[in-house]
Amino acid sequence: MDFTFTEEQTQIRDALRRFLSETYTLERHRRIARAGSGCDPEIWAQFAELGILGLLIPQPLGGIGGNAFDALVVMEELGRALVIEPYLATALVGAGILVRAGSPAQQEILAGVAAGKTRLALAHDEPDSRWRLGAIATRATREGAGWTLKGRKAMVVDGAGADYLMVSARTESGLSLFLVPGPTERLTRAALGTHDGSSVAEIALDGVRVPADALIGSEGGALALVEAAREVAIAGLCSEAVGAMDALLALTLAYVKTRKQFGVPIGGFQALQHRMADMLLHAELARSMSYLATAKLAVPDAGERRRALSAAKFLIGRSARLVGQEAVQMHGGMGVTDELATSHYFKRLTLINASCGDRDHHLDEFAAGMITSFPQALLSRSAANASAPRSSG
Amino acid sequence: MNLNFSETEERFRGEVRAFVAAKLPAALRDKVLGHKRLEREDFLTWVRILNTRGWVAPGWPRKFGGQELDPARQLILEEECALAGAPPVLPFGPRMVAPVIMAFGNAAQQEYFLPRILNGEHWWCQGYSEPGSGSDLASLKTRAERRGESYIVSGQKTWTTLAQYADWIFCLVRTSQEGRPQEGISFLLIDMKSPGVTVRPIVMLDGEHEINEVWLDNVEVPVANRVGKENEGWTYAKFLLGHERVSNAALGVSKRALRELKAIAAATPAGSGRPLLEVPRFRDRIAEVEIDLMALEVMVLRVIAMDRERHTPGPEASLLKLHGSQIQQTISELAMEALGPYAPLHQPLALSADWAGAPAGPPLGPGVTGRYFNFRKTSIYAGSNEIQRNIIARHMLGL
Repeated sequence: MDFTFTEEQTQIRDALRRFLSETYTLERHRRIARAGSGCDPEIWAQFAELGILGLLIPQPLGGIGGNAFDALVVMEELGRALVIEPYLATALVGAGILVRAGSPAQQEILAGVAAGKTRLALAHDEPDSRWRLGAIATRATREGAGWTLKGRKAMVVDGAGADYLMVSARTESGLSLFLVPGPTERLTRAALGTHDGSSVAEIALDGVRVPADALIGSEGGALALVEAAREVAIAGLCSEAVGAMDALLALTLAYVKTRKQFGVPIGGFQALQHRMADMLLHAELARSMSYLATAKLAVPDAGERRRALSAAKFLIGRSARLVGQEAVQMHGGMGVTDELATSHYFKRLTLINASCGDRDHHLDEFAAGMITSFPQALLSRSAANASAPRSSG
Repeated sequence: MNLNFSETEERFRGEVRAFVAAKLPAALRDKVLGHKRLEREDFLTWVRILNTRGWVAPGWPRKFGGQELDPARQLILEEECALAGAPPVLPFGPRMVAPVIMAFGNAAQQEYFLPRILNGEHWWCQGYSEPGSGSDLASLKTRAERRGESYIVSGQKTWTTLAQYADWIFCLVRTSQEGRPQEGISFLLIDMKSPGVTVRPIVMLDGEHEINEVWLDNVEVPVANRVGKENEGWTYAKFLLGHERVSNAALGVSKRALRELKAIAAATPAGSGRPLLEVPRFRDRIAEVEIDLMALEVMVLRVIAMDRERHTPGPEASLLKLHGSQIQQTISELAMEALGPYAPLHQPLALSADWAGAPAGPPLGPGVTGRYFNFRKTSIYAGSNEIQRNIIARHMLGL
């Protein structure tokens, strides 16, 4: 048991925090959000310089070969600074897929990712899939030596700005993943803004032709890749939320200590103190679960891994809601303005809950796993078996 | 960063498991798991068994008979014992009065009292709260007047858990009216057999006798039974409270209760051939409390790790108590609700292990509803959850 970060991780944290606190001001955040692309090239170049874009990319492929807890450290800082750049999409999810399953030729892209020249986006979710990874209608059919893709993708993070899309589609043998350059004929991308200023895209694939070597990994083998990517994304979002909650709690604390009503700081009122105590409790529960989620990413047992990730995403969604809503409430009228960072954190936290499965989705996943992992012999199937075991404990 | 117990810690878990499997009497285990009423002798039987391995107070320094087991191993020990259905080791002796005697008592007190805590000869109870002094403990009024080499103590203590079984009580008493209320308090050890000590039962909402009033009417207490200095008892009391770190999280017993809840829900038919465990509305509530328990466990491990780093206890224990008590209440409430139409039954006879009859309804029913009522105490005792929030606000948030 060890809850300390390595010296390297502390260095990454310090360097990133210093850079972001100097550069990524609320004003800058607002400017980037207003610009609509969800990614400031200067910031992105700085990320490359800091080495974090190649965080999960092995050194021979141009990265720094970091691990999941390095990613946790980075995501916490990005959350703390309200960064809307698609770091998770490119550096953790996208690069993660190529590291895991990309062909040598596909992996050559990774050097560009680490250098900040190339962005990646996983185009998996669809208008009707509602976080169910297997509910994919997009089809890929063989045509000559290549494939033709037909379908629609929704809520693709950085889908409009990414240089490469990883498009999932059904083939005869199951779900497959294809590497498709962003600008491609018969592929249209519609950029959409979100409430936190980041950019997602709706993507239409109207008979997009790709060569045979566009396939990532094996044909029909994409579900495992997408699942793994989703798990990495969940752990990342959890860490990001923890960073955002830290910052929001600090903001709120500073506010209630200085804002005076009835001649005294409102932080002196017990009605607020107790709710602040609950906010802290829930933020700390969230931190605990974010550690657990990241630690479990490497567990080989899929059931155990998914249970932990769903548990974490559920709890963090719940904490994010409580901390976010309470922070706004305690800021009073100021909390519902665009002027303070408070509302921006609140919006980001709200959107995190809606990404990669919300509270209901993951509680359902977790509970389903709870049933299947329960000794089936003990499940009563008939009213004849009506009594509880005497000392089942 | 690594959230797993080490190999040697896991080996220790194996040792504990084997020990408990071999030594915990089946009848006692069935009593605990069956929610039967535990008698004085049930608790003591287990204390004596644990004492053969030095596990009554494993965290104590070796010179006092402990094993200096680190908090992680203490947690493992407590959890394995709870999961196996062992009675709890009550904190009043080993974890409350003993650390105070070790830190502030004299050699004679240490030699006399500490071994008797380990071997179960002395059952301790806690004389803190009074009818007028609950959360505002420092306002306590029980007086101790010095008369030669004795104090004459008069007053009333209340909410005294299992005082009906106790040999000794550690009391906060007022020895001075000067200065702030905190400044005139002393810490006395009182023999329950002393003339003038009267224990009166308080029947709790579950109909059971767990807590008491302890009346002190001109009780003569040798000055030799004062721990530390006169009028400095408040410092010792605070030290004692700071000593309770992670056990208020009740991790082990909540894990056991969750396991039981699932077993009850799995064995309860709920229509359409489905057990209650598979009814989404109920299933999801179990799932949520299980997730809360997972988070609590990581929090406990984090606090243990934090304590190891800095050697002085911080206020995080309040977070553990707050969350842990809410989990205990939620699980006990769900278990009661799982009984459905049988939840209302009150069958106190069925709580006796000697009773030969069979209760109406589910076998665990008689204990389950009572526990729900009883467990409202978890957010009240050991510093009410409101007091915990005050502590968090003041010491962690600086409000």
